[in-house]
Amino acid sequence: MGLESIFGEGYLTTRIDALVAWARKNSLWPMPMGISCCAIELMSAGDPRHDISRFGMEVMRFSPRQSDVMIVAGTVTYKMAHVIRKIYDQMAEPRWVIAMGACASSGGMFRSYSVVQGIDQFIPVDVYVAGCPPRPENLFHGLLELRKKVGKSSVLDLPDLPPAREKRSDQPGNGKGRGFA
Amino acid sequence: MTPLLNGLVEALRAAFADRVLGVEEFRGDVTVLAEASAVADIAGFLRDNPLCPFDLCEDVFAIDQYRTPRRFEVKYHFFAVRNRVRIHIKTAVDEGDPRVPSIAAVYPAALFGEREAFDMMGIVFTGHPDLRRIYMPEDFAYHPLRKDFPLMGIPGSLTLPER
Repeated sequence: MGLESIFGEGYLTTRIDALVAWARKNSLWPMPMGISCCAIELMSAGDPRHDISRFGMEVMRFSPRQSDVMIVAGTVTYKMAHVIRKIYDQMAEPRWVIAMGACASSGGMFRSYSVVQGIDQFIPVDVYVAGCPPRPENLFHGLLELRKKVGKSSVLDLPDLPPAREKRSDQPGNGKGRGFA
Repeated sequence: MTPLLNGLVEALRAAFADRVLGVEEFRGDVTVLAEASAVADIAGFLRDNPLCPFDLCEDVFAIDQYRTPRRFEVKYHFFAVRNRVRIHIKTAVDEGDPRVPSIAAVYPAALFGEREAFDMMGIVFTGHPDLRRIYMPEDFAYHPLRKDFPLMGIPGSLTLPER
């Protein structure tokens, strides 16, 4: 290992917070939640010209269970919101969300009955990226801002666990035989 | 109007008498106005006529002519691939009883178009084998493309996951 030669026989003192935050911010594995045209820019972000891997932390994971940051790229309808929440709930703590583009951030140009006016209505968002769609550079800027934010986090930060849920009353069904009692 | 289309329109008039309400032409597009009850029969007639068989149902959709007596128009586009001829059928129904016979038995391609018109406008296509909503959630209570539906929807009619 190269570290021995740097430190020699010595040792390094740090705080566990700093060490964990350093490890977390350098291994952000994104999960592409590509829903519409922003997903095309997200794909461009991975091409050789823009090269999201230049930061060494771009392992795109197509499974929520292996990823840390969900990039919501596109217009979220009320129907899709439930899907996104279900996928978000499957991500392990700690987890972060980037709202990529105007639609995910605010509904964008779709002021319409079917489009959620901002995904922060149903999941917590850490970074909003402006643009319609944002260029890959803009997405990288958002990713680096998130990196700064994660670098300041503490292991003692409480995870944003959802509060114990009441039985949903606004959903169809008789509530029998589903889920945990 | 081309002689072929003219012959077809005359044949339609002869076969359906007063259930054909009129014929409009605009820049070569011929639209036959028909009673709602005749739509499925006219579709069958157009598909099966030997002169110019309309083998393609291009579209089925509804128009909300708000504040007119027969508020909802349902329109059909048929195309005869071999003759390269297009014909349009239009019918209008009342707001209180927006029922139109389904043409899905004649043109299976109309299945989804009729579901869309039902979902967005609330047109009930009688005889449709599976008339469910196609875009909106199944428990949604409104028809959002109607002119009297608010642009931003009705608060609480669509649920979001809890934050």
